[in-house]
Amino acid sequence: MTSITHHIPDQLLLDYASGRMTEAFALVVAAHVSLCDDCRARLSAHEMTGGAVLEAHDSAPLSDRLRHSVLSQLDDAVDDAPVYQRSSIFPAPVMEALKGRPPKWKPLGRGVRQSILKHGKSGSVRLLYIPPGLDMPDHSHGGLELTLVLQGAFSDEGGRFGVGDVEVADHEVEHKPVAAKGEACICLAATDAALKFNAFIPKLFQPIFRI
Amino acid sequence: MLAVRDKRDKRAFAALFDHFGPRLKGVAMRSGLSSGQAEDMVQDVMLSLWRKAHLFDPTRAQVSSWLYQIARNRQIDILRKENRPMPEALKAESEVTEESTSEALGLEQEVGALKAALAKLKPAQREMVEKAYLGELSHTDIEAETGLPLGTIKSRIRLGLEKLRHELDGIRKP
Ligand SMILES: [Zn+2]
Repeated sequence: MTSITHHIPDQLLLDYASGRMTEAFALVVAAHVSLCDDCRARLSAHEMTGGAVLEAHDSAPLSDRLRHSVLSQLDDAVDDAPVYQRSSIFPAPVMEALKGRPPKWKPLGRGVRQSILKHGKSGSVRLLYIPPGLDMPDHSHGGLELTLVLQGAFSDEGGRFGVGDVEVADHEVEHKPVAAKGEACICLAATDAALKFNAFIPKLFQPIFRI
Repeated sequence: MLAVRDKRDKRAFAALFDHFGPRLKGVAMRSGLSSGQAEDMVQDVMLSLWRKAHLFDPTRAQVSSWLYQIARNRQIDILRKENRPMPEALKAESEVTEESTSEALGLEQEVGALKAALAKLKPAQREMVEKAYLGELSHTDIEAETGLPLGTIKSRIRLGLEKLRHELDGIRKP
């Protein structure tokens, strides 16, 4: 996918690698990395650094019991966790969040639909379906929001976002997104818990719902 | 690690356990886990290394970076009760070729240089890097506090990623 022009910023890749990032955002990062070799390489570099930090870290002595316990379990049979594959526009981590089933779309008005994948106190992540050509009034963001395009495209002040592109929006960004004509735009969007007011609807699309 | 992957060599696994186990425990304990909880985590991480060894590809990862990822996953699970979504795996190249051997060697040299750069940091700087990679501080926090240590590390990472990007070029997913 050489056409990807909007990537995951380095500090977010580090937050993902170190485990600081919450599940909702981590799903968007994992989905983008599945589509983007550039970010995969940058993430690998962080993981190599993490590995070097682990190697150089102070040790804590292990009990003899532990060594024995681990070595005695090597022949145990274990059930393999299900492995999900990419399916049409959805990368494997999204299929995993969908548990291998197609999204359950709920209408939100003006042809917009959503399918919530995860919603918790640390944030939420959903799929959004935006009809082609739909435009939205000017508005600004509350917390951090990551939006990954899986089908179609949208444009705003930040540029044009096509398949594989990620928009990183925080409270400083003013938005006037317009879905491209042609194919409907399907996005994976994560928001953080800072969006207490209407946490269910991402800021990017709030104006449509007149809230 | 290749002996573990290809020959299911238990002695080689025991050597990895003896090397990494105490370090993994050290990392787990700094997040506030008790000695017992930390040992449970070491057990999970090392067994997962053994059971997923067939996915290991020395041209794209080091044992240490692989263990780092598994350990971060376990820690997120234990401390936050969250799952960390993982990217699609690239198909591991199981055949050892001249090219893959030299790639693995190149990666090893890169990581060696990275370790040397880490070792040269002043203790306070190293502490910052540890905090960043063990999820205790964000990149931004670190820059706000010192702006220093990541400079050296970053130039190393940049070299590393240039190389990785080059290697990833042309790899087509299954
Ligand atoms: Zn990218």
